[in-house]
Amino acid sequence: MPLLKKRNKRDAEIPSASMADIAFLLLIFFLVTTTINADKGIYMQLPPPLEDEVEPPEINQRNLLNVLVNADGQVLIDNEVTNIAAIRDIVKRHILNNGREPQFSTAPDKAVTSFKTKRGLSYERYIAVLDEIKSAYNEVRDEAARQEFGVTYGEYKARLDEDAEDEIAERFPLKISLAEPDPD
Amino acid sequence: MSAHFKKKSAGTKQEIPTASMPDIIFMLLIFFMVTTVLRETELLVNVSIPQAEAIEKIDQKRLIQYVYIGPEKLESGTGEPAVQIDDAIVRDLPQIRQAMYRALREEPRTIVSMRVDREVETGLLYDVQQELREAEALRVNYSTTREAE
Repeated sequence: MPLLKKRNKRDAEIPSASMADIAFLLLIFFLVTTTINADKGIYMQLPPPLEDEVEPPEINQRNLLNVLVNADGQVLIDNEVTNIAAIRDIVKRHILNNGREPQFSTAPDKAVTSFKTKRGLSYERYIAVLDEIKSAYNEVRDEAARQEFGVTYGEYKARLDEDAEDEIAERFPLKISLAEPDPD
Repeated sequence: MSAHFKKKSAGTKQEIPTASMPDIIFMLLIFFMVTTVLRETELLVNVSIPQAEAIEKIDQKRLIQYVYIGPEKLESGTGEPAVQIDDAIVRDLPQIRQAMYRALREEPRTIVSMRVDREVETGLLYDVQQELREAEALRVNYSTTREAE
């Protein structure tokens, strides 16, 4: 009997009034440190590595639009001098030519845009030109989606089923070729 | 007259129950804890990414492998452009290939997101891309911000 401890008769509860405050503090910490937005940018597919035995595929010169940019940001498209702002229109004409003008493509799905720069070009200009080319394709796809389905290409794509074929992407494939620069 | 417009007030107590407040806060807390990604890499290069219009979002954050290219941060200002993968600067370019092989082995659908400073010359970018091609890491994203309209 003497071994038994005296029991304290007082309440033995943990005070929980400050629980909400602690939770609030943690919440604010995570609110501040959180970054929900995923990365965004221009998505491209690089060409596969070169193998010596394999010859590059033959492309009809008409179907190839050569966009060359030098280190100062001057643009040459199929040997004609232009500027960055004009690229979008020329690429669109090239895609939608359907054999009308002799210097542009024969069909939208055959049109290839080749993009080549000098090594000294700044990355900002590089992205500006690539953005124009990509925008041209996006506008072509948007117009096609509007004409046929009455919605933008983005909405059309969102509505597509998981395994349904993307007709518009098939008709206007993104054929942008990132060419290697010549050594200076 | 004005008494006519007086609203009848209910006899009951008009208090919002606050007992569930901690639960609500906890739910928010757990949401942010789960979605949070703490900045895992310390940038050793200065990167100011360019703006563009025709951009897409990458939803699957786990697929992204970042490659940073920009002028190296030194104690005395900034140095030559350098390439950073994960948390270290890559001194020779063939190491990029090794790093990409590793990333692709773990996740074959890896997208390489290039965060490149706008002043960097594209020559270095091409050299990095050659390494990516050799490693067959062909899915590339040029990270940009949206153009202000």
